[in-house]
Amino acid sequence: MSANKNNKSPTGNGLVNWIDSRLPVFSYMQKEYGEYPAPRNFNYWWNFGAILTFMLVLMIFTGIFLSMQYTPHVDFAFDSVERIMRDVNYGWLLRYLHANGATFFFIAVYIHIFRGLYYGSYKNPRELLWIFGVLILVLMMATAFMGYVLPWGQMSFWGATVITNLFSAIPLVGDSIVTWLWGGFAVENPTLNRFFSLHFLLPFVILGVVVLHVIALHVTGSNNPLGIDPKGPQDTLPFHPYYTAKDSFGLALWVTIFAAFVFFAPNFFGEPENYIKADPLQTPAQIVPEWYFLPYFAILRSIDFDIWFIDAKLGGVIAMFGSIILLFLVPWLDRSKVRSARFRPVYKWFFWILLLDCLLLGFVGGHPPSDHVFKDIEWLLFIDLGHIGTAWYFFHFLILLPLLGTVEKTKPLPTSITESVLDGDTSSSAITKSGGSM
Amino acid sequence: MTDQDSESVGKQGNRRDFLYIGTGVFAGVGAALSLWPFIDSMNPSADVLALSSTEVDLSPIEPGQAITVIWRGKPVFVRRRTEQEIKSASETPSGLPHPESDESRVLRPEWLVVVGVCTHLGCVPLGQGSTEARGEWNGWFCPCHGSHYDTSGRIRKGPAPENLAVPEYKFLDDNTIKIG
Amino acid sequence: MKRLTGLLNFLAIVSMTCIMTVALSDPANSAGKYKHPEPQEWGFNGLFGKFDKSSIRRGLQVYLEVCSSCHGLNQVAYRNLKDIGLTIEEIKEISAQFEVMDGPDNEGEMFTREARPSDKFVAPFENEKAARVSNNGAMPPDLSLITKSRHGGADYIYALLTGYKDEAPDGVEMGDGMNFNPYFVGQQIAMSQPLYEDSVEYSDGTKATVSQMSWDLVNFLHWTAEPEMEQRRGLGWKVVLFLLVLTALLYAVKRQVWSKEH
Repeated sequence: MSANKNNKSPTGNGLVNWIDSRLPVFSYMQKEYGEYPAPRNFNYWWNFGAILTFMLVLMIFTGIFLSMQYTPHVDFAFDSVERIMRDVNYGWLLRYLHANGATFFFIAVYIHIFRGLYYGSYKNPRELLWIFGVLILVLMMATAFMGYVLPWGQMSFWGATVITNLFSAIPLVGDSIVTWLWGGFAVENPTLNRFFSLHFLLPFVILGVVVLHVIALHVTGSNNPLGIDPKGPQDTLPFHPYYTAKDSFGLALWVTIFAAFVFFAPNFFGEPENYIKADPLQTPAQIVPEWYFLPYFAILRSIDFDIWFIDAKLGGVIAMFGSIILLFLVPWLDRSKVRSARFRPVYKWFFWILLLDCLLLGFVGGHPPSDHVFKDIEWLLFIDLGHIGTAWYFFHFLILLPLLGTVEKTKPLPTSITESVLDGDTSSSAITKSGGSM
Repeated sequence: MTDQDSESVGKQGNRRDFLYIGTGVFAGVGAALSLWPFIDSMNPSADVLALSSTEVDLSPIEPGQAITVIWRGKPVFVRRRTEQEIKSASETPSGLPHPESDESRVLRPEWLVVVGVCTHLGCVPLGQGSTEARGEWNGWFCPCHGSHYDTSGRIRKGPAPENLAVPEYKFLDDNTIKIG
Repeated sequence: MKRLTGLLNFLAIVSMTCIMTVALSDPANSAGKYKHPEPQEWGFNGLFGKFDKSSIRRGLQVYLEVCSSCHGLNQVAYRNLKDIGLTIEEIKEISAQFEVMDGPDNEGEMFTREARPSDKFVAPFENEKAARVSNNGAMPPDLSLITKSRHGGADYIYALLTGYKDEAPDGVEMGDGMNFNPYFVGQQIAMSQPLYEDSVEYSDGTKATVSQMSWDLVNFLHWTAEPEMEQRRGLGWKVVLFLLVLTALLYAVKRQVWSKEH
């Protein structure tokens, strides 16, 4: 791993040099993934960048092979997916990898986002980095939504119908927009066809934004659990071999868990109704989106009242999209100069409450609003929980975050990463010495 | 580590290298194996393989007539040859572009079964319909580049390098053949 | 390592919370009153479960002799029966009982012919409208994916088949032509009890009780729903074991690489 001084020749290989002097891919990789100075105190929550990269590549790879067998037509889509499951060699594996891959992609991206929220990874100078990240989330949601329509099961169809109908809430042009989205007067063959086309296209757009995300990361440098900037080389480690080794381990562990679901519980995250072919004349008893959309779905349904001139339907749509758009503004909503929650005793609590709030919203999203939460408690309906959860979500971002920045008394920051490492002080227990062979 | 002598450091270095290389090889083998499902998914699937043989009812075909059946996505010509056609096929001179005897190309002289794909560039030759051109040897004629086949499906003139292929088939009974 | 333990602890706590909340809440109250199916000890349960081939073959018989008059099996081809141990002759014998539309022939006419092993199971009705007309307006669902497409899966189908009651309990108002079944959503089902003692005669001498036939049928239908199950689990063990070893190796590598820094 001795880094070459002039950066011209990552290896002694003649062919590599020949290419590199014309197109410096090798020295770029060497610089960005070999020498890239990463803070030495990353914990395992920093593994998720690598995990997400892997998931994106896996989704594109399985997706391309699935698209070779899939037929985007309302008469054949469902059967062509079943043909993949039954007749295509290892088709079941490709499909279960892809379907469960979406789930694990979202688990990883949510962990990645909450890691960023906890350690203040969105703050100056990393605002753009964060914005690209939120953009990736939005693109992922669009991709996942359209991908879920493709098997043309009952949930595919009714999910598509309900979600596209949201746009009809827009005043004046809403109905025209919905008709335009459908390419007809209901979710029909043109809709399925364009969703397939876009579902194929968007992952490559995501890939492009991921490149921007990584470039932005490598300009500012990575944040770290302490949230303070590295003061010099003593605070960083070359990415390779330290973090390539650590990421590889974390990735292998992740893939093991993923594989356990793919092979032993492939329908755990799925909805049984989607194994019934779409029937435009029969709505399922309950339409639930995939689990990763449940919190937004809960917010959508929690606005069941008119706000001044905004009716409940439009209000719900605004709240739902607002809950995502809000994330773009987080770097400016949070006024605190201190990044890491380790030194923000109050914010830390509210971080965990926000996480619980999002889990609660997810739970609410999976149940009909008028149902009782507990059998024996008359007065508590899911809609009530939805109201509370939604209110808290917006309260957290719009009121708490700006307020905490001015009123919170933060703990003193360590002067440098290394000092914190050597002291092993309690607030940065990230660095545990194994064997004490320093 | 400071109190260890250089020999044990060397040993440790060896063990370390072994671990790195071993892990790399192990991961590499896994990555290579995991490519197989992707590659194999592009091979013919079970439903395609299930259609790889087809049964043909010969009873409606009169002498001199021919039918075309689809087998594995390609046309197969089944012709019930007249005495005249059998005779001209078996009395063929030597020195053909692709020498084969008529006997080696049929199971029963009355029935000629060939894959209807020109061995030149894959066009479907004419000659199945009674009004179509059959070429100079009264077999088939490929309109793409002018290959002439005789009544045994052998190439006689033109750019095609080989005779029309004879698919694997057998008679299930006098009136039924199974191709493939 | 401590970090990792923390991470796992955290994940454990989160998942426990979710499971408990879900368990405490009452999922039944939205969909109307119905009874939850009792879990059964299926041979295919668990991480090592296998298909019970002889039961599946008996289930095929029940399907062919009873269910197939109303329910299709669209996704399954006769050739697939090879996987449950039928010979090609036996398969041809079954497929020959059905007719499929083929064509057009050389005269441009459509014609019917005997089904071949490569054909999918022939549906009892031409289309959904015809099915509804013959069934009092109700649509008998296709059974290919039935255990996968119902909450409760195999247990539910078994409970439904064995759960018919001759008379509705007091206070339950039955619709016209409906049958009482406590496991069905709303407790009223359009399908009348399909299986009675000795509805079929098993060639292997098994006594054809209602529970036995239901058991065999559900085994069959679970096979039609996920025929890849055995292959999936077999490959799964290899993959997971490989990944566990790889994870251990990479952990050793990570420790080795980091040993200089701690």
